[in-house]
Amino acid sequence: MSKVRVLVGTRKGAFILESDGRREKWDVSGPFFTGWEIYHLKASPADPNRIYASQSSGWFGQVIQRSNDGGKTWEAPGGGVTQSPQGFPMGESNKFVYDTSGQTGKPLTTHQWYDGTQHPWEFKRVWHLEPSLTDPDTVYAGVEDAALFRSTDGAHSWQELSGLRGHGTGPKWQPGAGGLCLHTIILDASDSNRIYIAISAAGAFRTDDGGKTWKPVNRGLKSQYIPDPTAEVGHCVHHIAKNPSRPNLLFMQKHWDVMRSDNAGDSWVEVSGNLPTDFGFAIDVHAHEPETVYVVPIKSDSEHFPLDGKLRVYRSGTGGNEWEELTKGLPQKHCYVNVLRDAMSVDSLDKCGIYFGTTGGQVYASADEGNSWKPLIEHLPPVLSVEVQTMR
Amino acid sequence: MIRVMLPYHLRKLAGVDGEVTLEVEGVVTQRSVLDALEARYPVLCGTIRDHDTLKRRPFIRFFACEEDLSHEPPDQPLPEAVTSGKEPFLVIGAIAGG
Repeated sequence: MSKVRVLVGTRKGAFILESDGRREKWDVSGPFFTGWEIYHLKASPADPNRIYASQSSGWFGQVIQRSNDGGKTWEAPGGGVTQSPQGFPMGESNKFVYDTSGQTGKPLTTHQWYDGTQHPWEFKRVWHLEPSLTDPDTVYAGVEDAALFRSTDGAHSWQELSGLRGHGTGPKWQPGAGGLCLHTIILDASDSNRIYIAISAAGAFRTDDGGKTWKPVNRGLKSQYIPDPTAEVGHCVHHIAKNPSRPNLLFMQKHWDVMRSDNAGDSWVEVSGNLPTDFGFAIDVHAHEPETVYVVPIKSDSEHFPLDGKLRVYRSGTGGNEWEELTKGLPQKHCYVNVLRDAMSVDSLDKCGIYFGTTGGQVYASADEGNSWKPLIEHLPPVLSVEVQTMR
Repeated sequence: MIRVMLPYHLRKLAGVDGEVTLEVEGVVTQRSVLDALEARYPVLCGTIRDHDTLKRRPFIRFFACEEDLSHEPPDQPLPEAVTSGKEPFLVIGAIAGG
C-alpha cells in the first residue's frame, strides 16, 4: 500500500502529516522544534526516512536537524549518534562560512544594499534544503544572504559552492523585501551536473558542471521595478518548478508574471494569459503531466492576499496562457492569507495530489489533481513550506 | 564551579534541564565561560555568539548579580559571586516582538 507524508514547516515549529494512498485520513505528529522558525524540511529521494530540517531563530541563529526514521526522532548531525561521555549531543552543524578569495583572503564579493551602496555578505538563515537525488548524505542548502552550500556528510559540515557568488554579477544582486535569499534549488534528474537555483532579487542561475561555474538564465524576464527591466540580473524570481520527465521545461512565478522556458532557462516567455493577477509566490507542476501547472494568484506586491478574498488555485493544462480556476472546497469569501513560495508540493500517486499551506495556518490538499480541496489541518502557525513524499 | 542559566530554547537544544555547571580554568570571564560551555555542548556553537567573530549575537544578553554585562569586554573577569558559584551567569534571549 502506498503512503504519503507531508512535511510542513511553520513559523513556530514543524509538523508531519501521514496518510495511506487513499489520502482520506491523516495522522498528525509534532510540533517539532517548537518556537523555532522551520523554513524548510525535505526528505532524501534516496532514503525516504532521511529528512533534513532548517531550524532558525532571530535570537539563536541557524541549526540544521536531521532525522533517520521518517521524522520520529531528530538530531543536530553529530548529536544523537555521537554523544559526549555525559550523554549530551555533540552536534555542530550550524556553521555556514562564506568562501573568501583564494588570492587575497578577502571577501569574495559584495552585493548591493537597499541604499545602493555595496554591502558584505552576512549569513542569516537557510531557506531551502535540497537533498541529492542519489545519496542520502549529500544535501544542498540555499541561504540568506544568497549563496549555495553543500554537505556530503549528512549535514555535519558545509562547503560553499562559491562559483555562484563569485561568477561576476554578485555586486548587482540586491535584497528583496524578504532579504537576499537563495530559495529555490532544482537538481536535474537527467543530468547530475545540472543545477538550477533562484535568488530574490537577482534571478535564476544554472550550472552545467556540478556547481563549479554558473551563468544567469534570465533572458526574456521583464521587471518594471528595476532600472533596466530586461537586465541580466536583478529580477525578483519567486519560485521555479519542473517535471523531471521534461528536463528543459521550466515554469517560473516571478514577482509579477508567470513564465516558461523550453530551453533550460536560456530564454523565457510570459504565460500569465488569463490569470486574474499574475503576482504570486508558489508554483508547481503535475507529477505526471509536465505541461500541467498550478499557481495561487495573489492580489499584488502591496497586498499579499488572494484577489477579492477568494482563495483560488489556477491550473493550466496547456503549459500556461489558458488557466482555469479551482475553488471547490476552498474559502471563497473573507480569505486574506498568503501562500509562500515553498508552500506548494505534489505527490506522485496515479491521481496526482496537490498540497499547499497558508500563512493562516491551513494545509489544503486535493487528491484529484486540483478539482476539489479539503483542509488537512487548520490553525497551525503561518506555514512557510510544504513538501510531500510518496512512498510505495 | 560556574553556574550558567540558559534560555529555554538553548536548554532544549543542548538537552539539559535547569542550570548548567562548568569547571573553568584560569580567569573566569565571559569568553572563558562561553568557551567551556561550547566545548561541553557543541550544538550551542553559533547560537550565543557568532561562529567566527565570537561576538555576542544581537538578541542575546548576559546578566549576573542583577547587572547587565552584555556590553562588558569579553575578557573582563566576571564578578566574584559568579566565580565562586554563589550567583549564576545568565544567558538571556532579549525581549522583542509583541
